[in-house]
Amino acid sequence: MQKRAYFGLYIVIAVLAILPFVLPNSFYVDLAIRMAINAIIVLGLNLLIGFAGQISLGHAGFLGIGAYASAVLPTHFGWHPVVAMLAGAVATGLLAAIVARPIFKLKGNYLAMATLGLGIIINIALRNEATYTGGPDGMPVPVFELFGISLSSDKDWYWVVAAVLVFSVWASLNLIDSPFGRALRALHGSEVASKVVGVDVVRYKVAIFVMSAVFASLMGSVTAHYVGFVTPNLADFFHSIELMTMVVIGGMASVYGSLIGAVLLTALPQALATFEGWETVVFGVILMVCMIFLPKGLVPTLAAKFGKGE
Amino acid sequence: MLAQFLQFLFSGITVGATYALAALGFTLIYNASNVINFAQGEFIMLGGMLAVFFAQAGLPLPAALFLAILVPAVVGVLIEKLAIEPVKGAETVTLIIITIGASLVIRGLVQVFLGKGTHSLPAFSGDTPIEILGATLMPQSLWVLGVTAVVVVALWYFFNRTLGGKAMLATSFNRTAAELVGINTNGVLFLSFAMSAALGAIGGILITPITLTSYDVGIMLGLKGFVAAVLGGLGNGLGAVVGGLLVGILESMGAGYLSSAYKDAIPFVLILFILFFMPRGLFGARVTDRV
Repeated sequence: MQKRAYFGLYIVIAVLAILPFVLPNSFYVDLAIRMAINAIIVLGLNLLIGFAGQISLGHAGFLGIGAYASAVLPTHFGWHPVVAMLAGAVATGLLAAIVARPIFKLKGNYLAMATLGLGIIINIALRNEATYTGGPDGMPVPVFELFGISLSSDKDWYWVVAAVLVFSVWASLNLIDSPFGRALRALHGSEVASKVVGVDVVRYKVAIFVMSAVFASLMGSVTAHYVGFVTPNLADFFHSIELMTMVVIGGMASVYGSLIGAVLLTALPQALATFEGWETVVFGVILMVCMIFLPKGLVPTLAAKFGKGE
Repeated sequence: MLAQFLQFLFSGITVGATYALAALGFTLIYNASNVINFAQGEFIMLGGMLAVFFAQAGLPLPAALFLAILVPAVVGVLIEKLAIEPVKGAETVTLIIITIGASLVIRGLVQVFLGKGTHSLPAFSGDTPIEILGATLMPQSLWVLGVTAVVVVALWYFFNRTLGGKAMLATSFNRTAAELVGINTNGVLFLSFAMSAALGAIGGILITPITLTSYDVGIMLGLKGFVAAVLGGLGNGLGAVVGGLLVGILESMGAGYLSSAYKDAIPFVLILFILFFMPRGLFGARVTDRV
């Protein structure tokens, strides 16, 4: 398992290394960067949804906190971008922990409800506090710089994001094989049984939820600096659903599935642009068809078919 | 003071009745299949938009309204047959995405065929407001409340006095046991989608003369209906009605007395507090988990 898992990592590294030399123009580089950013968020979300079996319908809210921390704090309060990014991550982590602790003592779909509510509240706050956030129109984000080096060209961003992606894949693979990962999979299988063998179910669920929220927040900051502009749409319900769909279409509990899901769904809107006016319908049909015929997602279904099994 | 309070109360109860119908829809489907149907809000939108469309096409109002309830019910049944039944027993998140896919399809089709405009429907019995202690009540509000009350009583009768209703209840308690005593649980699932779509559509039609409608009103209405259902204790019919009215009233009070900009956030703040302090909702039953 170990070796095969790392084999996939080498492929990811190889693809990322070759990609910038074969992409025809900056449009594709931009698309690749956005795919990679989504992939990193989805990796974190998959740990929560796929491995621990918990649903978050408000992850875009956490993304929004990170993005707006990186936009508002440097612009209005003169904070250094790195400090702002970390402050966003810490705030997100605290918020996630405060919300998660009471919720995770409950069973069933309540986390879905709580995260849904949290995401919508964050989005409404971003829209309304126009003095700081620019309201529904959004606001510009200052350029990211560290030790006097500023990140502005697409190529620079590509290498940074690619490096973070490789690190995230590696970290996810290791996490899943750690005692922590085994505990997560155990509680997905049966909460009562894992309690019986001594897994502190609530603590593990809170930990993975906070971790995936912080992932989302950090990548929100990266998105904000990369795009140079933030709008409340980053944090809306639909974006949460998009992120969740990437997890499920790629394959729950599959690290490489997360990557595939992120790549496909980031590319999809570009592909759908040709369906003038019918985008929403086609997107909805694709979601339903994928889920009906590939309920476990692309990668696990294909893996099972070709007898490789993760 | 009193007049203002009453005014907020009236508008809260009126909107709350729509949330209650949506919450009942969530409850029906949840009980029959454990699916949280995120397309519920689209049935509300569909009811309102189709009523406008059929009325503008020249149909007499009763016929237009009947069709505006029938078509969403058919759509609900189609979703159940084509998308829910084939994946029975799939993970919750898979089912959630399927219903979200369905909601996108409905919203997208309405946008393509009926446009992005905002529409209204004439009030059923005039626009002369009724004055009560200085506050005004629109006759349409009485329609909303009256029809909701009739629907609730009819549902109560259905679940307590008819075989079909009892079969649905039995299925919600224990699917396997229900199948063992010969209940057609697929039929129950079919019926629950038809009924909850019709409920949503009724709510959408009734509220349209007051709040207007467009292709994208379904999301928020549906999510608030979901809040109402959870507030009342997911799966509890009475709870759904009380939850709906409560969400409507608190939202209206909050918008009036605290901040109208944060009106839409109020139900969600409410649900977070409920989950923290009364985790099973107001009327939720205690559940034990089996290994």
